[in-house]
Amino acid sequence: MLFFIEVLIGGLLAGVMYSLVAMGFVLIYKASGVLNFAQGSMVLFAALSFVSILAMGAPFWLALVLTLAIMVLLGVVIEKVVLRRLVNQPQITLFMATIGLSILIEGLGQMIWGSQVHGLDLGINDIPFNFYGVFISQFDLFAAGCAAVLVAGLSLFFHKTKIGRALRAVADDHQAAMSVGIPLKHVWAVVWAAAGFVALVAGLLWGSRLGVQFALTLVVLKALPVLILGGFTSIPGAIIGGLIIGATEKLAEVYIGPYFGGGIENWFPYVLALAFLLIRPDGLFGEKHIERV
Amino acid sequence: MFYRETGQYKTNYGADEQIFPIRQDRIGVMIILAFAYLAVPFIGDDYWFSAILIPFLILSLAAIGLNLLTGYAGQLSLGSAGFMAVGAFAAYNFMLRIEGMPFLLGFILAGLSAAAVGIVFGLPSLRVKGFYLAAATLASQFFIEWVLTKFPWFTNNSASGVITAQKMVLFGYAFDTPMSRYLLTLVIVTLLALAAKNLVRTRTGRDWMAIRDMDVAAEVIGIPMLKTKLLAFAISSFYLGVAGALWAYCYLGTVEPQAFELTRSMQLLFMIIIGGMGTIVGAFFGAAFIVLLPIFLNLFTSTIFAGQVDPGMLSHLEQLVFGGMIIFFLIVEPLGLARLWQLGKQKLRLWPFPH
Amino acid sequence: MSVQGNSILTVNNIEVIYNHVILVLKGVSLDVPEGKIVALLGANGAGKTTTLKAVSNLLRAERGDVTKGSIEFKGKRVDKMTPPELVKQGVIQVMEGRHCFAHLTVEENLLTGAYTRKVSRAEIRRDLERVYAYFPRLKERRNSQAGYTSGGEQQMTAIGRALMAHPSMILLDEPSMGLAPQLVEEIFEIVRDLNQKEKVSFLLAEQNTNVALRYADFGYILENGRVVMDGKAADLATNEDVKEFYLGISSGARKSFRDAKHYRRRKRWLA
Repeated sequence: MLFFIEVLIGGLLAGVMYSLVAMGFVLIYKASGVLNFAQGSMVLFAALSFVSILAMGAPFWLALVLTLAIMVLLGVVIEKVVLRRLVNQPQITLFMATIGLSILIEGLGQMIWGSQVHGLDLGINDIPFNFYGVFISQFDLFAAGCAAVLVAGLSLFFHKTKIGRALRAVADDHQAAMSVGIPLKHVWAVVWAAAGFVALVAGLLWGSRLGVQFALTLVVLKALPVLILGGFTSIPGAIIGGLIIGATEKLAEVYIGPYFGGGIENWFPYVLALAFLLIRPDGLFGEKHIERV
Repeated sequence: MFYRETGQYKTNYGADEQIFPIRQDRIGVMIILAFAYLAVPFIGDDYWFSAILIPFLILSLAAIGLNLLTGYAGQLSLGSAGFMAVGAFAAYNFMLRIEGMPFLLGFILAGLSAAAVGIVFGLPSLRVKGFYLAAATLASQFFIEWVLTKFPWFTNNSASGVITAQKMVLFGYAFDTPMSRYLLTLVIVTLLALAAKNLVRTRTGRDWMAIRDMDVAAEVIGIPMLKTKLLAFAISSFYLGVAGALWAYCYLGTVEPQAFELTRSMQLLFMIIIGGMGTIVGAFFGAAFIVLLPIFLNLFTSTIFAGQVDPGMLSHLEQLVFGGMIIFFLIVEPLGLARLWQLGKQKLRLWPFPH
Repeated sequence: MSVQGNSILTVNNIEVIYNHVILVLKGVSLDVPEGKIVALLGANGAGKTTTLKAVSNLLRAERGDVTKGSIEFKGKRVDKMTPPELVKQGVIQVMEGRHCFAHLTVEENLLTGAYTRKVSRAEIRRDLERVYAYFPRLKERRNSQAGYTSGGEQQMTAIGRALMAHPSMILLDEPSMGLAPQLVEEIFEIVRDLNQKEKVSFLLAEQNTNVALRYADFGYILENGRVVMDGKAADLATNEDVKEFYLGISSGARKSFRDAKHYRRRKRWLA
């Protein structure tokens, strides 16, 4: 039983890491209806920039500020150069453009910062500590804390600030937002910048977990089932989806995996998410999509 | 003045129902086919056959398959390479385990196996749509990859997971030169492409398009959702399966499940979008673009920056340009190369006269 | 037509084309005098909404384009301005079908209206109270999600939201759509109130000719993308043709349908 709880908690905390990536998707999808496949390469780009700036001898906080500036700039440039020109195109075209974008950002990041694997030490011990007989990873706990702060911060931003309100307005109804004088382009630029910020947080945490390397872009594939499960439009959905996926994935790996010879973590989340979809086609927390003929 | 369809009167139903109803199109297709069948075998060399033409043809076929599903029936799929893998490994196992199985029959069975798997993974499409479905099709991609690597039966207990394609022999003739494999591929692709071109103007094709444009409306006018959507998955997967088998037998010769990764699925998606969604000719344009662009980029960067930049840097630069080109294309012509082709034909109606 | 006073909005012979091919407005000209209510009347597809969107420049988002003519607001050309710029100038549109932000609360909806204004919180608070004074119902529902409020409340929210931008002119598209007659009267009463107390000019597109002409000062009738008739609202309301075609009051004996159709066609052609 203790082992079960340990696996469960480990899974839940791992799930938080998925949620971090998923949140970046939700931000952009909500405000502009684009499924941003480049989120993964943004995570890589952020982590790469950060470690490279650190390696140049900059102190931690300066590297953080500089990387944040870079990510915000990247987001704004993406909006200005790519998405603005694709307004009114079908969703699949936009999606493809973000795949192109992800290839481009990967190339760009590795061209600027090189492609060797970097270690990233955030100064947190990854020694599990004993909590009533259950071993919990400190690092995971720290990551969960970060995620919680991020979610709280985002929800404050969305609900208490003028620009946050405008963001939600745009997400609800583009046209009406335009009619009251909300400049869509600024709002989209802000969303991309925010997604860049989320990518930075995810990049730092994932980077210190896996090392900063090309494989970081693959976290996208972990985030997608979280999105299906939680719904593309809901931040709480991204969190809860992440928790469910993380926990069941670990449990399945431990309890079901051995029967199949392991390695099921690649597809199991998708099948799980699919099973949920059959019951709720818009995800657990996704906005109901009303179709009329 | 070169592309005028005026004055071509159809006097019987047969003439009206041809696959290419316009005479210039017919002549054009004939010329291209004649060139591909009669001229290319003599002017091409082994490098052209095995590095460019064969992959181009096979990817075109796969792109047609995906286009039937995504471009015509409107079901976005990110798992198409998985179905190619099913085709490749099914062909291998049929020929391995059934004594004296003719390889063409093996290819057909490969296609049918892929179709069967496609139907299973198409089931969620009855319930979910759009990106939710796209993400769900990823499940098929990963699941198939996993099954093929995890169960050694599929690779005949090969330790590395690599299978070697059996020899293709037809009536005592072995297809073992690049040219003969090129011609074999060409025949299969021609037949299937014409079949697809014809299929999309039948009732099935129209049903697909109705579902793509608005599935709720299609359902209320009586198009059976279950049958039509699953048929789209089945036929699309059949094409992909045959393409996968060709990939293993005519192109690579030895193949492992990793040859059909997610990047391949993405590549196919790029092809149909750059080529033109919902067109058959677009699949060829898209495949040509995706096959040729990296070759050109490689040539370009290696001649300009040769010796100055290290090869790692070069490959990143190529990546950068490739991504940039895709975005550029989407911005400039979101309807794809097929649209440019169509505009070009319209221009030819008058050209070289002003009006 | 001659208009007394200065006009706040002048539309000069504009032509609108959608998607580069569909000609919707074929030279529409109109005038909105400062501080008045002008009604834009006509059947479905006559071009009322397009005219409003041409003024507020929301057309661009629907692939529409003003290809000819000019639009002046307070003597300044505005036909190239973006919607946010126009809102800052003081022109705001309330779109047809209400278009509230469904997942925002009523109060948040109202606050988005003040997006373009750079003023203190206290001032925005004061404006909010002012809107609540006009729409007491909204104050009761201030914390409920706009998507869950009734049609009338949504219309009020939409108008209130526009008011938060301190406009000198509101383009009001079909405020009566889908509302009960009593509510329609209520909305129009508020429009008149706003017009008189806040000196907001209105250009309103309406199908409900009867109500619109009662509250408006002037009216324009559009048919097939052209202005076919205009005048003081009171004159229009007593005009025989308007009565027959838009108010459903026929004069004297019943006409044969064939004659009526013919007559109407001739009228349209003359314009």
